[in-house]
Amino acid sequence: MPGYSDPGFDTLALHAGASPDPTTGARAVPIHLTTSFVFESSEHAQSLFNLERAGHVYSRISNPTNAVLEQRVAALEGGIGAITVASGQAALHLSVATLMGAGSHIVASTALYGGSQNLLHYTMRRFGIDTTFVKPGDIDGWRAAIRPNTKLLFGETVGNPGLDVLDIPTVSAIAHESGVPLLVDSTLTSPWLMKPFEHGADLVYHSATKFLSGHGTVIGGIVVDAGSFDWAAAHAQSGKFAELATPYEGFHNMVFTEESTVGAFLLRARREGLRDFGACMSPHSAWLILQGIETLPLRMAQHMKNTQKVVEFLAGSSFVSRVGHPLLATHPSHTLAQKLLPRGAGSVFSFDLKGNREQGKKFVETLKIFSHLANVGDCRSLVIHPASTTHFRMSDDALAAGGITQGTIRLSIGLEDADDLIDDLKRALKAAEKAV
Amino acid sequence: MEIQVNGQRVYCYTGGKTPDAAKPTVLFIHGALNDHSVWILQSRYFANHGYNVLCPDLPGHCRSQGLPPTTVEEAADFIIALIRASGLGPVALVGHSFGSLIAIEAAAREPTLVTRVALIGTAFPMKVSDALLDGSVNNPVKTMELVNVFSRATLAAPPSALGPGTWVYGSSLALAKRVFASNPHANVFHSSFKACNDYVGGELAMARIICPVLFILGELDQMTPPKAAQSLVKAAKAATVVTVPSGHHQMNEAPEETLTALRRFLGKLNAKIGNQN
Repeated sequence: MPGYSDPGFDTLALHAGASPDPTTGARAVPIHLTTSFVFESSEHAQSLFNLERAGHVYSRISNPTNAVLEQRVAALEGGIGAITVASGQAALHLSVATLMGAGSHIVASTALYGGSQNLLHYTMRRFGIDTTFVKPGDIDGWRAAIRPNTKLLFGETVGNPGLDVLDIPTVSAIAHESGVPLLVDSTLTSPWLMKPFEHGADLVYHSATKFLSGHGTVIGGIVVDAGSFDWAAAHAQSGKFAELATPYEGFHNMVFTEESTVGAFLLRARREGLRDFGACMSPHSAWLILQGIETLPLRMAQHMKNTQKVVEFLAGSSFVSRVGHPLLATHPSHTLAQKLLPRGAGSVFSFDLKGNREQGKKFVETLKIFSHLANVGDCRSLVIHPASTTHFRMSDDALAAGGITQGTIRLSIGLEDADDLIDDLKRALKAAEKAV
Repeated sequence: MEIQVNGQRVYCYTGGKTPDAAKPTVLFIHGALNDHSVWILQSRYFANHGYNVLCPDLPGHCRSQGLPPTTVEEAADFIIALIRASGLGPVALVGHSFGSLIAIEAAAREPTLVTRVALIGTAFPMKVSDALLDGSVNNPVKTMELVNVFSRATLAAPPSALGPGTWVYGSSLALAKRVFASNPHANVFHSSFKACNDYVGGELAMARIICPVLFILGELDQMTPPKAAQSLVKAAKAATVVTVPSGHHQMNEAPEETLTALRRFLGKLNAKIGNQN
């Protein structure tokens, strides 16, 4: 509508990408559960396929419900557009596969979600894409790891689960000096806590399964492009990113950087990545995630309030040897978090019990309100033992590099009454202490 | 493709097609802080429906060499030189915002080189406030953000240039920043806005245009409101006015309506497309 001033975060979380349905008047976003969309004529069909007109053809490539979610997350991140995919893992794969093929190289943080580490360390290597892992805070390490065939730098806004904060301004500057983009997994912080594009990142993805949807009901992922990285200039300088800056036989020799000065990545990711790899998101999933995003600002504020109280409680417990949250001055990322994450560094964090493995097991099993499961970012509080679950394929050395020990417990703080969460933790700590 | 114009290399997007002198040609002229890519949907459509398409980056913008034009008249002379250098004239001119003023002036200066004029998001006079002119020099990024928001009419644009899932607030701002950064030697933001503000010959130029003129106006356009185009409409000898549901970015807030209006207007140049209307 006319007269919108610069819309704020809360307004965008409710309105970006959506308006009342012009046909039915439906105010909430309709779920378009259809595989395909009728053409007006043969000429209309041809022009849609040839990108002469914009519209929906087949829901693997695009869908009106998904398009609302894509616009909404792009708006919240400050990007130019987005692509929804089946999961956060699919989002990482789509990002990598759009930018490079065999013979390419990635520099990635060691502090990654176990699934991301698997994809880069094992699976992508099988397809000829090599990755060098560096500690997120090792700035010289990032620079030294870059090779002539490096196409991407990659890290998480805050590492899972140690919450090492990625120095995005510095790492993105290193990436740009070398003519490559920085991709950031922003799952644990969500755009409410940090917008990585404002600090220099070029691409962001989320496991929308977590805070964006927020209710533990749906699997989904989304990739957002800032539109800031100049693929054509990088190609002219180094020959990299021919996928975007030279004719693509798979789509009528289209040169994506000529078609769109700022959107070449999204064009190829959708036209090739969704078309050929096919890891699309169901419109029903998109709708569930949209429902979650409508209350993202409210939920994130409450997540942060509860997290602060729980962190303070655990830090004062005699049976806890370490609490790994940047709220605490003892955390190595405390200062950086204050600069980059003034609203908080997230509600997923780890701590170490003063006890053995059996005591850790007793602790988890005594908890009543915290649910023992493999997820984070739910409105309910969650607990897990990373070394035996999410990161179980990693060696002790790799675990240590990610800040994880055999005794580490990971919490995801939900939206319950903070006093109830603290009581639950008190009971479990007492039970664990006695279980010698 | 690249064309030498006045000794400078000028980039023109052609929809991936090689020009054919036997076909009619449409030349799209972008506005301030834009480049050829704002026309992608419209230009790809015409390039695949029997037309040659020329979408230049104006001199000093993005892929084109040269100094950015500082007046509408200077820009019009560039367009005339481009038409001649391409060997594809006469052409239909389609201009948006600043580009619409350039189209008017070019068509007035060389009527025999122009078959049709389509003006999208136009106004005369196209005055720019002192605050924006000052901001384009002293605080360009903040001013770009203000202009971007003021140019928008919806938080829910239909699928447009990058297809579904495009956040047009963000894509327009990213393009503006890229275009601005593309020329470290000249402020293309200020030069374009100042050229719009300084242009005084619009009505006289319109009166000299002999070909049909189409106005595509955004009914929610706050940058160039429909009422601000009326003096041009009155001065035109053969005007058609179409209003579309958009703000100042008709091409990505009302892409289908904009294309339909252009098809009806330019289709008369080409029997194949004309029969489809």
